[in-house]
Amino acid sequence: MYLALYVVPPDYQQGDSARILYIHVPAAWQAMFIYVVMTILAAIALVWRIRLTEILAMSCAPIGAALTLVCLATGSLWGKPMWGTWWEWDARLTSMLVLLFIYIGIMGLYAAFDDRRKGARIASVLVLAGAVNIPIIHFSVEWWNTLHQPATIKLTGESSMDPSMLPPLIWMVISTKLFFGAALLDRARNELLDQDRSKSWVARKVLQADQ
Amino acid sequence: MSPLLEARQLEFHRYGNPVFRPVDVALEAGRAIVLTGPNGVGKTTLLRLLAGILAPVSGTLRHNARVAFVGHLPAVKGDLTCRENLDYERRVGPPGIALAEALAQVGLAGLGSRPSRALSAGQKRRLGLARLLVRKTPIWLLDEPYASLDDAGCTGVDTLINRHLADGGGVVLATHQRHPRVEPGLLDNIVLEVGVVEESQ
Amino acid sequence: MIGTGSATALFRRDMKLAFRRLGESLLPLFFLFTVIVLIPLGVGPGPTLLARMAPGMVWVAALLASLLALEHLFRPDLEDGTLEQWFVGEHSVYRRVLARLFSHWLITGLPVIVFSPLAAEMLHLPRHALGTLIVSLLIGTPALSLLGGLAAALTLSTRGASVLLSILIFPLIVPLVIFATGAVSMAADSLDPSAHLGLLAAFTILSLTLAPIGIAAALRMNLE
Repeated sequence: MYLALYVVPPDYQQGDSARILYIHVPAAWQAMFIYVVMTILAAIALVWRIRLTEILAMSCAPIGAALTLVCLATGSLWGKPMWGTWWEWDARLTSMLVLLFIYIGIMGLYAAFDDRRKGARIASVLVLAGAVNIPIIHFSVEWWNTLHQPATIKLTGESSMDPSMLPPLIWMVISTKLFFGAALLDRARNELLDQDRSKSWVARKVLQADQ
Repeated sequence: MSPLLEARQLEFHRYGNPVFRPVDVALEAGRAIVLTGPNGVGKTTLLRLLAGILAPVSGTLRHNARVAFVGHLPAVKGDLTCRENLDYERRVGPPGIALAEALAQVGLAGLGSRPSRALSAGQKRRLGLARLLVRKTPIWLLDEPYASLDDAGCTGVDTLINRHLADGGGVVLATHQRHPRVEPGLLDNIVLEVGVVEESQ
Repeated sequence: MIGTGSATALFRRDMKLAFRRLGESLLPLFFLFTVIVLIPLGVGPGPTLLARMAPGMVWVAALLASLLALEHLFRPDLEDGTLEQWFVGEHSVYRRVLARLFSHWLITGLPVIVFSPLAAEMLHLPRHALGTLIVSLLIGTPALSLLGGLAAALTLSTRGASVLLSILIFPLIVPLVIFATGAVSMAADSLDPSAHLGLLAAFTILSLTLAPIGIAAALRMNLE
């Protein structure tokens, strides 16, 4: 399934650089989707203090950040040949940049506490604050942009998609979803093992001391 | 009559492990409870749980009266004078005795207008204890109240505790230096035990 | 009843402390003027350019003034033990949080507002936009204190708090800056700024309802 990622996109219209779309668009969608998942997990973690959801929510952040970064990087690479500039104060670009900062903030906050469960719960508060704020940010940035520089090229304004481009895109979206699922479970398992290791280590020490 | 403070099966975790075995606490009016146990067993943690500063991982807590907590930190603003610090405390809760009277009772008479930054550790401690007097709080939670106090100070704390118990208050205190000189019939003891660490498979 | 009493008591004490450290409390004002003086020196004194930049500059100054004081919003109270006293027995933490944020706003927000006409004049902001600038500051700076307070509360007991604090606060206040400076720019172009101001007010009210809850929760977790 993951191979589809490399095999599928032999389909282009505006030169080879348009291929980037197959990475750029799914990454962007997925980066936002992950935030939704993380918000739900964080809310559950805060209300019921379930350790597994804490770990899962915190494992979301680096994946989300990575995909946001991928989205920004590919967007920038794509923008160079298309718009003639690496960076444009486009509404979407700006809100993705803000999203990246939120992801980084969550990761930083989680990492800043020695007690990981405490860190996870505090970072979860931030996840919820971000969840309230992200739609507002997106809306405000879009609005600000249209006010100040109405002539900017819009990603959405691109030519209606050729039907032949659609299937690979859908495959890519599905495969990023699966990638997220796999990466999330993998990260969560590592995190859990890491926390448990120290736990059994402590237990063994206690037993040794008793003997 | 219901107890002043009632806690059932309180539990708290740190680094994913329970700090102590689940504890029950019931504080009756006119009685004192001493928490003992080795260092690091969670005496401070339990007191902070009982105060409501920390949220327990499991268990229930009920206050049937107002609570005062004197911890390791004096909770005193160094930029303010002793009198100003106490004045703040007095405004927060239902007011107790007058400021000058409280200062005299903890042996700080005449130091009211001194910036509390200039106090010694023991004097700051005394100022923290004076907080108990300027507010009407039947439940006292004291963390190592004898720490950094001289002999006269320790006796002073005993006097305060005895008077408080006689007035129908209750005291929970953690200590490993000295037990309060209280009539033995009024004293209970809770010995904390280290929490059980779950062994993973 | 008691909850209100403890909040006003806290507010009185905070004010007393602020006056005892008057130099520190006046820092935001110095900041405002440093920005207002340095930027024309940096970009040149052309009145049209300055007028275009004026709303943003005054707002950035307000933002920096607020940020500057954030690290001391809860930290001294954590260190001397007065913060844990907020949580003892009572259930009025929400009000105390509001009282603390109100004094933060009085120290960092209000001076900027009071002196903003002077700053606006120095930056050649059109006179008819001045009213909008002041209104935007009046509505917006409380949200700055609220969101800054949230970031400060979240990072309270962390290592390297100041770095995290600035990372956290940036995304939170993006809409605030956009709405506020948007309103003033509209007014400067003789357009109706009320839509922007309305959105700004909505944003502030939303932060006023949600941020103190988040702050109280974050403070308590940081006390663990």
